[in-house]
Amino acid sequence: MARWGMAIDLERCNGCQACEIACRSENNVAVGGPQVAREHRTISWMRVHTEIEGEWPAIRARFVPRPCMHCDRPPCTLVCPVEATSLDSEGIVNQIYARCIGCRYCANACPYTVKSFNWRSPEHPASTLPGLNPDVSVRPVGVAEKCTFCSHRLQKARDQARVEQRVLREHDYVPACAESCPTGAIVFGDLEDPTHRVAALAHDPRAFRLEEGLGTQPKVYYLSRRD
Amino acid sequence: MTDFETVSRLPQDERVLLMPLVRTTRIFWIWAALMAATALWGGFAYAYQLRRGLGATGLNSPEFWGIYIICFVFFIGISHAGTLISAILRVANAEWRRSITRSAEFITVLVIGFGAVQPVLDLGRPDRVLNIFLHAQAFSPLLWDVLSIGLYFTASSIYLYVPMIPDLARIRDLGIRPHVLYWFMAIGYRDTPSARHTLERLIGVLAVAVIPIAVSVHTVIGWIFALTLKPMWHSAIFGPYFVVGAIFSGIAALIIAMAILRRVYHLEAYFKDVHFNNMGLLLLVTTVLWLYFTFAEHLTVWYGGEAAELATLYSKLTGQFAFSFWLMVACCFVVPFALMARRATRGVIGTTVASVAVVIGMWLERYNIVVPTSLHPRLDAPQVSYLPSWVELSIMAGTLAGFVFVYMVATKFFPIISIWEIQEGREKSVEEVSARVASYLPDDMATVDS
Repeated sequence: MARWGMAIDLERCNGCQACEIACRSENNVAVGGPQVAREHRTISWMRVHTEIEGEWPAIRARFVPRPCMHCDRPPCTLVCPVEATSLDSEGIVNQIYARCIGCRYCANACPYTVKSFNWRSPEHPASTLPGLNPDVSVRPVGVAEKCTFCSHRLQKARDQARVEQRVLREHDYVPACAESCPTGAIVFGDLEDPTHRVAALAHDPRAFRLEEGLGTQPKVYYLSRRD
Repeated sequence: MTDFETVSRLPQDERVLLMPLVRTTRIFWIWAALMAATALWGGFAYAYQLRRGLGATGLNSPEFWGIYIICFVFFIGISHAGTLISAILRVANAEWRRSITRSAEFITVLVIGFGAVQPVLDLGRPDRVLNIFLHAQAFSPLLWDVLSIGLYFTASSIYLYVPMIPDLARIRDLGIRPHVLYWFMAIGYRDTPSARHTLERLIGVLAVAVIPIAVSVHTVIGWIFALTLKPMWHSAIFGPYFVVGAIFSGIAALIIAMAILRRVYHLEAYFKDVHFNNMGLLLLVTTVLWLYFTFAEHLTVWYGGEAAELATLYSKLTGQFAFSFWLMVACCFVVPFALMARRATRGVIGTTVASVAVVIGMWLERYNIVVPTSLHPRLDAPQVSYLPSWVELSIMAGTLAGFVFVYMVATKFFPIISIWEIQEGREKSVEEVSARVASYLPDDMATVDS
């Protein structure tokens, strides 16, 4: 059984935010606009955070793209009263939008603040309608949402492999962020399969995970010499 | 003969305590209209929110919870007034309880619904609220909460109703309108010694059973916060801390209710100085307990010195939330302690002033738990603040007014002081208490087998 995970090389990330844009258009993430941003209600499944260390002149900035960590011990799924979010057998933390009651307990339980909530009816301006992805459902007002590792792509890749009567290969299933990264900073694959690059990177001496001490066991690894 | 004439001819206890049922003043109608209008305004605000979604609130990311959850904890806390305090006093055989248990139990039953509805108002999809049962996920503290509040509501309604049966039967026999209501609610009770005996045994069992249920309710509410990994929520002390806070605010709410009832229904002979003094002593004990828990909680966080925890702590002690934090300390400790520690200020006015401070302080305590932690997530320190919208404030005002309204209406249909328990106190208790005190004293050596 696969255990999908991601490695993000912070020394390769140049903060271009192509991953954010790719994620938005792949997953039909609602367009917020300046008013929504002012209210701190922007929905994003992947966000590139800027961390500034030190003070001028010994100042250092680095970019940290942050999707859902897809924890092996997710605090969000445990608290959901209706099991609208759960960890599936391949390690993806999924969301059932049609069941979510919108209590936002999961959003509070997540130590990584990667859950978004639809405070208002999501807006999709007319110009974006032709670009909506038919494989991903749009979310109604009042439910929580977050990165799914583009799990719809896994469905498609698996169907394709079945049609071609072969096993799933490493590059068959890649989320939109990893696919769009121009510097190849984001690597995606099966953490259990030693032939996948991500499995090796997870054991790299430079590898670490966010808030590892909390015991949530995230499946997103970061690579950085400084940590 | 009108109901008013019937009641006017009764002996003192029945006359005074049944009078609110048959005579309604103009001031009552004015206040009732004011409260009903405010409650309706709150209902309108909710209808507005239903149309617009939770965008109509001031909530944002990461301030996912706000006024509704604060009010949820606050109102459920108030509901601990009644049943818990009344049950403890009954189990402890505190004879001064007789005139205050009924008004306390009414607070519980009537406020708990207003508290329990708050998380539903807070839902993004209230239309799917039944999913909590259809797709119940047993590990969610929110589900435990639904169960414990449901059980508490059921138990405290029974615990309010059963001790009211003899009074309802008496009202039925007097023929006070509406006949059908009292005939139905008195369920054919006849006040014979054996019926009274059965009733008292039932009350005894209920009083014991209701205490652990009440404790479980606020413990679970504390756990809703404590079972996340959030800074200053993830704390083992939260279960008992919330229970103590609930009893604290409940006692204060009860004192306020007693002071108002005493004044508007001329119950000076029933809610006497000694009752306020004794309730004031309970308030004194709980205010000291509150300080102890609050100190223990904050010392542990400060000494541990974890970065994320300290950021939240300092935002309360010296930062953005310093005003609400220190106002809470003043309202929950300085004011009540200063007033309640002295016999001279433990009268009606002193205890009422202290209680108003405590109720405000305990609302602030829940604000200081919910908001600072939400605005200090572990990973980012976003420059966000939380300002409740008019919708949230209207619903809060409407909730409070709605509770006051139904409480006012209840006093018009049910005697707010238990008549039969007062009479029983006059007839039996003096003798019983003398016998009890005599039984504590040493026996004659000659009669004891060694």
